[in-house]
Amino acid sequence: MSHTPIAIATNATALDFAGTWAYLSNSPLLGITTTLVAYSLCYRLYSRSHQNPWLNPVITTVATIICFLLLTHTSYEAYFAGGQFIHFLLGPATVALAVPLYRQCSKIRKLWLPMLLTLISGVTIAALSAVTISWVLGASAQTQLSLAPKSATAPVAMDISAQIGGLPSLTAVLVVTTGIIGSVVSTQLFKIMRITDDNIKGIAMGITAHGIGTARAFQISPEMGAFAGLAMALSAFATAVIVPSLLQLLGLI
Amino acid sequence: MRFVNGFTVLLLFQLIGDAVAHLLRLSIPGAVLGMAFLFVSLLLRQRVSKSLELASTGLLSHLSLLFVPAGVGVIAQFSRIANEWLPISIALVLSTLITMAATAAIMQVTKRFSRQQVVS
Repeated sequence: MSHTPIAIATNATALDFAGTWAYLSNSPLLGITTTLVAYSLCYRLYSRSHQNPWLNPVITTVATIICFLLLTHTSYEAYFAGGQFIHFLLGPATVALAVPLYRQCSKIRKLWLPMLLTLISGVTIAALSAVTISWVLGASAQTQLSLAPKSATAPVAMDISAQIGGLPSLTAVLVVTTGIIGSVVSTQLFKIMRITDDNIKGIAMGITAHGIGTARAFQISPEMGAFAGLAMALSAFATAVIVPSLLQLLGLI
Repeated sequence: MRFVNGFTVLLLFQLIGDAVAHLLRLSIPGAVLGMAFLFVSLLLRQRVSKSLELASTGLLSHLSLLFVPAGVGVIAQFSRIANEWLPISIALVLSTLITMAATAAIMQVTKRFSRQQVVS
């Protein structure tokens, strides 16, 4: 009598476990929930570490989910059936960048000429240097093209990558890594270059290291953050305009 | 309801941007065009509505989350990265350093130059 419930429980698990998993792994709910749970854990880790750039939540969340998929033998396609709903929001998020851009409008007016020159040359240098260095070191053509838009914010960079024949998913990882490298090296680099002006630092951060650089800039000063955000939004636009034509001109696409 | 209204505005602008990019066969992504259109409309209206503010802050404050599903796609690129990790990492580090140093230097020089022009 006393061991009957145990028998029923084991029996139920044995009957249901594989079936339930097969059912869940085919539903979009699993992909969405995995993404949100992993992100909230990784974001907590990031805040606890006082926003250490090496613990950037994008990298840690992606790594966590990859481990989960490998351990559970879930395919990327099955994961993306749910992930696509989060992925879709990148579009409206790009449009939303117009709002902070509008807020910084009075500052743009004062500095528009230096900013325009810096923006055009910065976007060109970012793409050209990445493509040239990877080409010299023997990277494949598709990798070179995936590297080209790496300094633009991810939604835009991925769109451009798809358009010029790169791999958007590879570009996403390269964009995030660029942002992290930029945030880590910036303080030291500006010190060596003896740059103290927050406007200049912010713009260099936004053009080079997009949103991740902007987040870092806001930790240093609000003005630097505002300029980085502005530069990120402008360079997203400039990259979309300049990079495809630049690569076409060079005969790469 | 405010968030829904703001979100609808963002989607509408993206839709217009997509339509224009497709119609004119532009190489600019539709969402980027949508951003430009929304920026121009904000300049014309001279204010950001409460609902748009709410929706854009909501989306932008956790922008990192939105990159995750695409980033996980790197799982399919493992062999490529394993083969090309050296050129990829050197290109990333060097290009980031070069770009950051160059933009800071150019901004410093052009800013000084434009200030001198204003003074003279």
